[in-house]
Amino acid sequence: MPASVSLQGYLILAAVLFAVGLFGVVTRRNTIGILLGIELMLNAVNINLVAFARFNGDPVGMVFTLFTISITVAEVALGLALVILIFRVRRTAIADHLDLLRG
Amino acid sequence: MTDPGSLVTLALLLPAATFFLLALAYPLRRRGRAAGIVSLVGAAVALAAALRAWQLQSAEGFTRIVTEWIPQESGSLATVGVLADADSTVMLVLVALVSFLVQLYSLGYLATEPPASLGRYYVYQALFAFSMMGLVLAPGFVQLFICWELVGLCSYLLIGYWYDRPEAARAAVKAFWVTKAGDVGLLVGIVLLWLRAGTFDFLELYDLVRAGQLPIAGLGLVTFCIYLGAVGKSAQFPLHVWLPDAMEGPTPVSALIHAATMVTAGVYLLKRTNWLFALTPDVLVLVGWIGAFTALLAAVLACVQSDIKRVLAYSTVSQLGYMMAAMGAGFAAAGFLHLLTHGIFKALLFLGAGAVIHAVGSNDIYRMGGLRRHMPQTTIVFLVGTLSLAGIPLFGGFFSKEEILGAVWSGGLSVPFWMLVTAAFLTAFYMFRVVFIAFFGVPAAPAPLAQGAPGGHGAPGGGHLHDAPPVMTLPLWLLAVLSVGIGVYFTAHHGEPEFSAPGWLTPLAIAVAVGGIAMAWLTYSRRVISADLLAEIFAPIRRAALARFWLDDLFEGLYRGAVLGLSAAVGWVDRYLVDGVVNVLSAWTLTGGDRLRRMQTGLPQDYVYGLAVGLLLLLIWVQWPR
Repeated sequence: MPASVSLQGYLILAAVLFAVGLFGVVTRRNTIGILLGIELMLNAVNINLVAFARFNGDPVGMVFTLFTISITVAEVALGLALVILIFRVRRTAIADHLDLLRG
Repeated sequence: MTDPGSLVTLALLLPAATFFLLALAYPLRRRGRAAGIVSLVGAAVALAAALRAWQLQSAEGFTRIVTEWIPQESGSLATVGVLADADSTVMLVLVALVSFLVQLYSLGYLATEPPASLGRYYVYQALFAFSMMGLVLAPGFVQLFICWELVGLCSYLLIGYWYDRPEAARAAVKAFWVTKAGDVGLLVGIVLLWLRAGTFDFLELYDLVRAGQLPIAGLGLVTFCIYLGAVGKSAQFPLHVWLPDAMEGPTPVSALIHAATMVTAGVYLLKRTNWLFALTPDVLVLVGWIGAFTALLAAVLACVQSDIKRVLAYSTVSQLGYMMAAMGAGFAAAGFLHLLTHGIFKALLFLGAGAVIHAVGSNDIYRMGGLRRHMPQTTIVFLVGTLSLAGIPLFGGFFSKEEILGAVWSGGLSVPFWMLVTAAFLTAFYMFRVVFIAFFGVPAAPAPLAQGAPGGHGAPGGGHLHDAPPVMTLPLWLLAVLSVGIGVYFTAHHGEPEFSAPGWLTPLAIAVAVGGIAMAWLTYSRRVISADLLAEIFAPIRRAALARFWLDDLFEGLYRGAVLGLSAAVGWVDRYLVDGVVNVLSAWTLTGGDRLRRMQTGLPQDYVYGLAVGLLLLLIWVQWPR
């Protein structure tokens, strides 16, 4: 690992990744795209955790990241299942059409 | 039990006990006649107690038995009890006597009533006797007002005794409301007086007045308000309209309540507080003028009635006007004397009319005629009552009526005096009109039964005419003897009046009465003067009198106008002001909710966007350099 990459570098990468994910969540029409965006944001958080763990020499952050990843897997599985169910019922997976809660 | 105080208390409490017994003992009340006899025994003992108290009562002294009812820090605010003095004991005797005789008479008059109704009738009678005695004996304004309202209630209940007849129910409500209009004035007057004097008690008030400690300024309003109560109760113009309608009740009730006792409560009130009214001469002059005007107006109205009870009712209004005129002239004793004599002979006239109605089955004098041959006893007693009312010497009403005329003349009310003289002429005329048409003259065809008698509900009607049973004739004879007895007594013991009447007064009073009788004789018996011609000469007055001077129409119009106008105004306020505010508020809420609703797009991405922006703003706010 080249020593030139500082903590700030990782944090900036994570921030950019988070912003890209958020942008995706807000702008994608397709629900699967939104799920992908959420995935990006979670991974940005993981990068943060790992980076802090590495630079602070504390393995707790690494362990925590493993938990996050496994929870993310469960969350994505659940999210995809929901999307498929919604598609079966409403014949669409476009987020703009799913406005049953409109006031 | 030998002092007037305990005797009048006994007389007061007996009808109350009878009332509670009859009202609570349901089986007794259902038996009708038994209830009547219980009530009669109570009334008889009360009469005996009242008579003894009157006998023992000296002219000057008084007995006062009171208990504190509403306590206050200094002394008591209101007391209840009895105040027995010369005025209240003699009035108590009148109330107890007429009440007893009427209850006795009713046993015969209402014999065909269902027992349950008769029981109800005697419950009301007992309550009335108690309330009226409580009014007469009241030691202060509070008890007087309560009993005043109670007698009004009894009047309502007894006028509406045949409540299944719409006219009776309507008349009961009318009597209640019209007198209530005056009662409001009385209540206001009593409270205003309390504000100035700080007491309701007659004796304390009297002492204040004697000591000159009652401020005179503004007292006129107080006495005027108290007088308003008397106007309603004693049927003075313009609130006299309820009394003729009150004749829808049973005839004994009319005799007791609407001739002898309750309607005279207003006169009694003025007599009781005459020292107070003496402080406000302006109000007294008004009392005198209105009294004289009422006397004349009612006398004119009585001339055109064909219903025997209505003639008597207007005659009562007229005589009440006489009493009030004497009060207004400042000679309360003269008015009070006429109250007592009038109570006797007017009760006699009403009970006599009741006997006639009972036999004929109709109130219409043109359906009677020639009753002299069939009902000789009733004819004699009715004639005695009529002569008393007309003011013929040696009969009950002569002396008191002449005294009133003298009082009004000495009081300096010359126009009211001549009004009263005219009314005296008309009184003799209309009473003998009834006598000549109903008791003399040609017998009329028996009233068809299907017609239904307005006052003769339950009367046998038509068929064979005869005098009433002894239970009804006994009170009649007793009252007739009393009427003559009073007349002879006053002629013999000509008490010195408080005023000096001019010498021409007695001849004038007799001449006017005889003139009225002669006129009625010439018109309705000898038929020298054509009744149609008279009607033609006085056509405008006759038309107006037949329409009751449009007073009922005026009241009805005013009532409708006021009620409908007020309703329209209240309706407008409710519809446009109250509802308007609510409507505007609800409209604002609706639009506000509609606007806010649009925030909820239902699109998850909008919420995420909102979350992200909010989080960003929070972060900026936290990090903002301060």
